[in-house]
Amino acid sequence: MKASITLRVDGEQRSLAVDTRTTLLDAMREHLGVTAAKKGCDHGQCGACTVLLDGRRVTTCLSLAVACDGASIVTAQGLARGDTLHVVQQAFLEHDALQCGYCTPGQICSAIGMLEEAKAGHPSFVTRGLTAAPDLTDEEIRERMSGNLCRCGAYVNIVAAIRQAISKGATS
Amino acid sequence: MTPFDYERATDASSAVTRVASHPNAAFLGGGTNLVDHMRLGVAHPDLLVDVTRLPLASIDVSSDGLVRIGAGVRNSDLAANRVIRERYPVLSQALLAGASGQLRNLATTGGNLLQRTRCAYFQDTTVPCNKRSPGTGCSALDGHNRDHAILGASQQCVAVNPSDMAVALTALDATIVVLGPQGERRIPIADFHRLPGDAPERDTVLRHGDLIIAVELPALRVAAHSAYYKVRDRASYAFALISVAVALQVADGRVEDVRIALGGVAHKPWRALRAEASLRGAAATDESFGRAAEAELADAKPLKHNAFKIPLARNTLRMMLRNLAAGARS
Repeated sequence: MKASITLRVDGEQRSLAVDTRTTLLDAMREHLGVTAAKKGCDHGQCGACTVLLDGRRVTTCLSLAVACDGASIVTAQGLARGDTLHVVQQAFLEHDALQCGYCTPGQICSAIGMLEEAKAGHPSFVTRGLTAAPDLTDEEIRERMSGNLCRCGAYVNIVAAIRQAISKGATS
Repeated sequence: MTPFDYERATDASSAVTRVASHPNAAFLGGGTNLVDHMRLGVAHPDLLVDVTRLPLASIDVSSDGLVRIGAGVRNSDLAANRVIRERYPVLSQALLAGASGQLRNLATTGGNLLQRTRCAYFQDTTVPCNKRSPGTGCSALDGHNRDHAILGASQQCVAVNPSDMAVALTALDATIVVLGPQGERRIPIADFHRLPGDAPERDTVLRHGDLIIAVELPALRVAAHSAYYKVRDRASYAFALISVAVALQVADGRVEDVRIALGGVAHKPWRALRAEASLRGAAATDESFGRAAEAELADAKPLKHNAFKIPLARNTLRMMLRNLAAGARS
């Protein structure tokens, strides 16, 4: 069963015909050639396929492309402004927050979405008292980023990179 | 994945009519469980009716304090809602204990109530499972059953309900508002999920074509003094071994009101009515809390690999009551 859809991907309007079974991840990678989002587990458990969908971080392996018709998507490759990296990308570079790099595009999109959530005052499971504004301690960063696995174990530097991005005023 | 047609619902009642008249149709919400099951071969609908763009995404508070949560409200938005955080902290905490930030941005309130067990045998189409293929047998009964039920199980199924949100809603006496082919009806959450008995393929009392449109929370003074605790194999992003939702109101050293539900122990969120009965009016002391926990777990039956859950549930419940009582007095 085919469906015609339109997606805005990294600022570019794209029209495509997809089988209804196609996930948003496969539509980007296999149909549009946008390969920043990575396929890890394909079950929503690893976070490698994270993008910003209409401004919110989501995994794309469990979303059907046809259900996302009309959506606006930003992947890790759409974050830089010309040669200027996004402050979160720059922080990952400076802190060596990766080894093989496969999870990195998802980590970066997730971090950006997470910082927006915190800015909007959203609590996490480790926030003391649900009603106060969250303070992004290392414990908070770890909890909020727990949906992104890194099999190389670069977590210590990932937390440090996000801490630097926060100190530089990163939200989006 | 088997081929399927996709339709986007324009209003709730025509979505219900469409699914009700099509035997192998399913509603599509956030998709975080259904799409995975379609890929695994656990579910194979030939028509998906997408209900995510229906106007069911608001949280409304009426003048008498009733909170109505639209079935399409995403888990992240419900957890962050100011009224929920202030009046029903147990619900925010339960939501935030579940899944990851990315999944909570997708998963809906209605879909969360309908998520299916994470029993590994249920998700593996190469082995027998009465829930997936009725009559084939239960592989968990004599298999790896560390994560499985200690209360209310049957010889046909020992799976547990995986939801954190539903445990909190059970403690809060929520009502599930359902639109079916015959119209709207309200189901108390205690009657919504089923014990397995001899029909483990049915997780809930819903019939084909029924669409959850809202969840209602009663105005409940005790709910402001509530909390959720989840014991799991890692600190974050894992399903519960045991979880406890408690709301406790203490006055003059006595338990004035209490609501308790347990997760990770049964085929449905387990309302701890025995523990509540033993506590109501009792002295708010550690001894009372211990007795209440004993009473609730008295009939627990361990499987080969999950006997640890009985003391774990008892101790976690007792700790939660103690902590909340200390907070309530201060």
